[in-house]
Amino acid sequence: MPTDLLYGAEVVLNGLMSGVLYALVALGFVLIYKASGIFNFAQGVMALFAALTLVGIMEGQVPFSHLINAAFGTDIHHFGWHVPAVAAILLTLVVMVGFAYLVQRFVFRHLVGQEPIILFMATIGLAYFLEGMGDLMWGSEIKTLAVGLPQGGSIWVEENTQWMGFGNEDFYGFFIDKLDMVATVIAAILVLALIAFSQYTKQGRAMRAVADDHQAALSVGVSLNFIWILVWSLAGFVALVAGIMWGAKSGVQFSLSLIALKALPVLMLGGFTSIPGAIVGGLIIGVGEKLFEFSFGPMLGGATENWFAYVLALIFLVFRPQGLFGEKIIERV
Amino acid sequence: MFYREAGDFSTTYPEDSQTFPIRFDRYRYYLVLAIAIFVIPFMINDYWLNAVFLPFLIYTIAAIGLNILVGYCGQVSLGTGGFMAVGAYACYKLMTSFPEVSMLIHVLISGLITAGVGVLFGLPSLRIKGFYLAVATLAAQFFLVWLFNRVPWFYNYSASGQISAPERTVFGIEVTGPNTEAWATYLFCLFFVILCAVIARNLTRGAFGRKWMAIRDMDIAAEIIGVNPLMAKLSAFAVSSFFIGISGALFFAIYLGAVEVGEAFGITKSFTVLFMIIIGGLGSIFGSFAGAAFLVVLPVALKLVGVDWLGWPTDIVAHLQLVIVGALIIIFLIAEPHGLAQLWRVAKEKLRLWPFPH
Repeated sequence: MPTDLLYGAEVVLNGLMSGVLYALVALGFVLIYKASGIFNFAQGVMALFAALTLVGIMEGQVPFSHLINAAFGTDIHHFGWHVPAVAAILLTLVVMVGFAYLVQRFVFRHLVGQEPIILFMATIGLAYFLEGMGDLMWGSEIKTLAVGLPQGGSIWVEENTQWMGFGNEDFYGFFIDKLDMVATVIAAILVLALIAFSQYTKQGRAMRAVADDHQAALSVGVSLNFIWILVWSLAGFVALVAGIMWGAKSGVQFSLSLIALKALPVLMLGGFTSIPGAIVGGLIIGVGEKLFEFSFGPMLGGATENWFAYVLALIFLVFRPQGLFGEKIIERV
Repeated sequence: MFYREAGDFSTTYPEDSQTFPIRFDRYRYYLVLAIAIFVIPFMINDYWLNAVFLPFLIYTIAAIGLNILVGYCGQVSLGTGGFMAVGAYACYKLMTSFPEVSMLIHVLISGLITAGVGVLFGLPSLRIKGFYLAVATLAAQFFLVWLFNRVPWFYNYSASGQISAPERTVFGIEVTGPNTEAWATYLFCLFFVILCAVIARNLTRGAFGRKWMAIRDMDIAAEIIGVNPLMAKLSAFAVSSFFIGISGALFFAIYLGAVEVGEAFGITKSFTVLFMIIIGGLGSIFGSFAGAAFLVVLPVALKLVGVDWLGWPTDIVAHLQLVIVGALIIIFLIAEPHGLAQLWRVAKEKLRLWPFPH
């Protein structure tokens, strides 16, 4: 096999893996959008906040320590203990559920019945609030997240794919990040679990009922309040998983919140209302942008990943405005 | 809202269709104009100019532009930063290619070029609606910033990849470069603000504005009663981008002087301008002024209180500012979706009846 083709295959594989990570973020959007019609722009910042909180709890940081130090002239930083990763993840989950409750109680309960675009802008406000809050609570320096996920390239894969070069000296086997492999497995489990949850549990069915028709769900005794808190908690959980994956990959820092922007074209491509759409869209975008960068990037000056996904989604939408798997948009006067 | 007031009679048609039909509003408008033109230029110094007045004036133009698109025509755009970059780079290319031409012409032509680009990126709005469109305009944002970063022709092959404004004049008075006078740059920007506000005000209360609002309220219904959605949407994109382009050109040439595109015209710029019109009031020209003033003055005030009085580190104040802005957005959307402009309107009505409400 020619080496170029093999490199191409490697690019596709890596694209698929990063596509899974995009899909993971996009899932959080779809969950909230389906259940409440809110397009949650804050999803990326939620992932950042979750990762920051996780690191903070693990390291035993004192929340708001910078603010307290500045206001009272004290000098406190850490409680001086270290929490094991599993306990810290559970604690972070509790924080995210609390956050879901607060968001529901203080923001979206007051915005019921507003136009979707107003709700969208409210989540932009929420994103800013949460971003500032995360920095205030845990400080804004770059942190490393060590929850015991494997790092670096997998030597096993490299050694076992070397034969594909057929004696070609330049080919050393596929380079695949171990973390990406773990992420793919976790994302797959998460998606299956979410589908099972929404199909086979009582709460899941209630969630789908709310997504279908708020009024009808209310009239058969489904508590909207509870369902929305549940949905925001689920989105917080997905954000936490995405935050752990991306945080372990590139450190916990502000740029983590930008993955939300990467997930938007995924959503547009897959349709806002479809969980399989988020997965397929994520894979298409992941592969597409890596391949485009691989084949045209050097010609165009590089860094095409910044915009390729958007332009692809834009062109795609002109032909199919509701996305690949989205529900058909029907408008009445 | 008071459209007419008792005892305020119009006897001719021009009088009847004035921009400000209420006499009190009209006089207040003249008074503000007079202060802005005849008083402030004599009192202004460099600190006030750069901290408050220039950003306020320039952001106001951008906010008016975005308000036409979002507030009047209902097409949510997150590409403001990208369009401002188009204005800035168009202005830079014009300034360096035609050094002897007046800056007035350069800025206006930059606006026109941006309008063209805006129409191009507005084309998908005919098919794509709502959130999908908001996300689609992000394509413009990221693509344009990437383009200006990567294609050396746009920054004249300079080694740093930055663009910096050479010294250019209007009627023989320098308005760009390091040796400008505070009053000159102030008046130059003020001219464009007044121009844009007058154009916007008159467009929005005329046939165009009504078409835009019909499209905003329900585009299918508007189409049925005879509004051409192609014309209405594209004209909104064109006018909006024209203003945003002017504001981008001024932001680069007058305010910053040297620009690195990813930093100055990134996605944050798009959100800042969007926040201005949300806080100020969607669908209101006055709201654009109020929102821009609010978001320009807030960081200055916070810095004054936090850093200078309380002695906190600047990064904490910056984070606090994010929290406050985010919370304000939410509070405004909950309490008063029409923003500061509506508060002002309500306050006027209350004050008119005060202290005898019956």
